[in-house]
Amino acid sequence: MKQKKIDIVISLGLLVIIWQIVSVVLEKNTVVFPAPIQVVRAFEELFCVGLKGSTSSVTLPGHIGISLVRFAIGYLTAAVTGVFFGLILGSFPKAFAIVNPAVQVIRPIAPVAFMPFIVLWFGIGDVPAVVIIFIAGFFPILLSTVSAVEHLNPIYYKVSRNFGIGKVKTIFCIVFPAIFTQIANALRLALGTSWIFLVSGEMVGAQSGLGFLIMDSKNCIRYDALLATMITIGVIGFALDALIRVLEHVIGHKFGFVN
Amino acid sequence: MYIEIQDVSIDYKQKNTVQKVIEHVNFEVEKGEFICLLGPSGCGKSTLLNAMAGFLKPSEGKIVIDGQEVLKPSLSYVTIFQNYGLLPWKTVLKNVELGLETKKIPRKQRKEIALKYIDMVGLKDAVHKRPNQLSGGMQQRVAIARALAVDPEVIFMDEPFGALDAITRMKLQDDILEINQETGKTIIFVTHDIEEAVFLADRIVVLDANPGRIGGIVNIHLPKHRNRTSDSFVLARDKVYDLLKMKKEELIEYYI
Ligand SMILES: Nc1ncnc2c1ncn2[C@@H]1O[C@H](COP(=O)(O)OP(=O)(O)OP(=O)(O)O)[C@@H](O)[C@H]1O
Ligand SMILES: [Mg+2]
Repeated sequence: MKQKKIDIVISLGLLVIIWQIVSVVLEKNTVVFPAPIQVVRAFEELFCVGLKGSTSSVTLPGHIGISLVRFAIGYLTAAVTGVFFGLILGSFPKAFAIVNPAVQVIRPIAPVAFMPFIVLWFGIGDVPAVVIIFIAGFFPILLSTVSAVEHLNPIYYKVSRNFGIGKVKTIFCIVFPAIFTQIANALRLALGTSWIFLVSGEMVGAQSGLGFLIMDSKNCIRYDALLATMITIGVIGFALDALIRVLEHVIGHKFGFVN
Repeated sequence: MYIEIQDVSIDYKQKNTVQKVIEHVNFEVEKGEFICLLGPSGCGKSTLLNAMAGFLKPSEGKIVIDGQEVLKPSLSYVTIFQNYGLLPWKTVLKNVELGLETKKIPRKQRKEIALKYIDMVGLKDAVHKRPNQLSGGMQQRVAIARALAVDPEVIFMDEPFGALDAITRMKLQDDILEINQETGKTIIFVTHDIEEAVFLADRIVVLDANPGRIGGIVNIHLPKHRNRTSDSFVLARDKVYDLLKMKKEELIEYYI
């Protein structure tokens, strides 16, 4: 679906208007329900000097940068390994039959539930967030890739056998491009999911990042800053989605994977 | 003989049932011959062809090509599929080069060979296009060029022109006959179109359904470049038509 710019402006504009109206109605409670203007000021504060009264002096761009790096590491690792093992397991149904039940048992466990163990094994810092993002992205990418391989038109295998193309080359040079569209879709969905889990990943133990900033704002009883951070997370998630669509389009057309 | 189908039976096993699709089929093909496998839908033409091309193993009997038992697909006998089997992300040139990489032909030569066959099927102007930018007939030409490029001994074709309109189909029928005559390649061509079989074949192997058995073999002794409206052509067509309808007790061999 193509989003028109004007629609985006209208949609977000309406959101702000409704927000403004509600905050006027709740006039006295601006501490627990900040008005747009307060949030704008909070943005300014976060951007220029960082959250006042915080243990950290990192400004908003700093937190964003840190979060994006963690996210990139976790998500890209999930993407590469998910697609790789998805291609392999999809190509060897017997192996997948063994692996699948285990995956199905692990998958419904919310990534955050792994947190205590992750902290126990890797300590606090960057790793927990990266691992959570990885877990959130890996399984959907893996399973979508396997499913796409399983549903691939068998004629590709016939052509490949007919022209003497080896198993490995078939997987990476025939199967992969043939299911590129499905993989790209899975990658985009997983991007959204992983980004959602970034906050959970950074809420425990991390001393920086957007998830930390959420907790920090809460601890400082700064709901305006909290809301500003939430908006930042939303906007970046939106931008990442737009970015991966563009990438998908560019790569798909450059290599002819998309018709 | 060049190709020998020796008492071949093929079953499909599904859960608890075994379906006999091909039963005790025997025939032989000479080098350079153009054979049509003709029969009603579901009689096992594709199944038999797939076995000949090495995609599936007969349950009984064996298939021998050029003295070697067929055990797996090979570059010396290439299949052209009804739905072309082109790789949609590759250009015409890269599609035609597909088998040449396996033959370890250097890049530059690969391109030369591919271009030669693309030219041969009249697609010079489409070299850098992708399959979805081509018509069905053009896509099937690409598949033909791709098969020819690896210089196979035998070409298997499974209703290759089934999805094409009548005019394009006639044009491609002329082309494939010419290829058969010029290159001397053996062609095994599956069709359920009687006229197509009579137009193309040196011999028509008629398959009956349930179980898939040879109902008759028709030798067509008409000159090549057959005239579809001539009396002898119409006569041959009617003969084959009768043969398809008949209940037969034993294998019949016709000469027309
Ligand atoms: N992979 C398969 N598994 C099980 N049964 C199959 C399989 N492929 C074909 N059959 C069965 O074998 C029989 C012959 O099929 P086949 O495709 O060889 O027929 P055909 O003569 O090529 O028909 P058509 O002209 O429609 O292409 C059919 O009854 C079909 O249901
Ligand atoms: Mg068939």
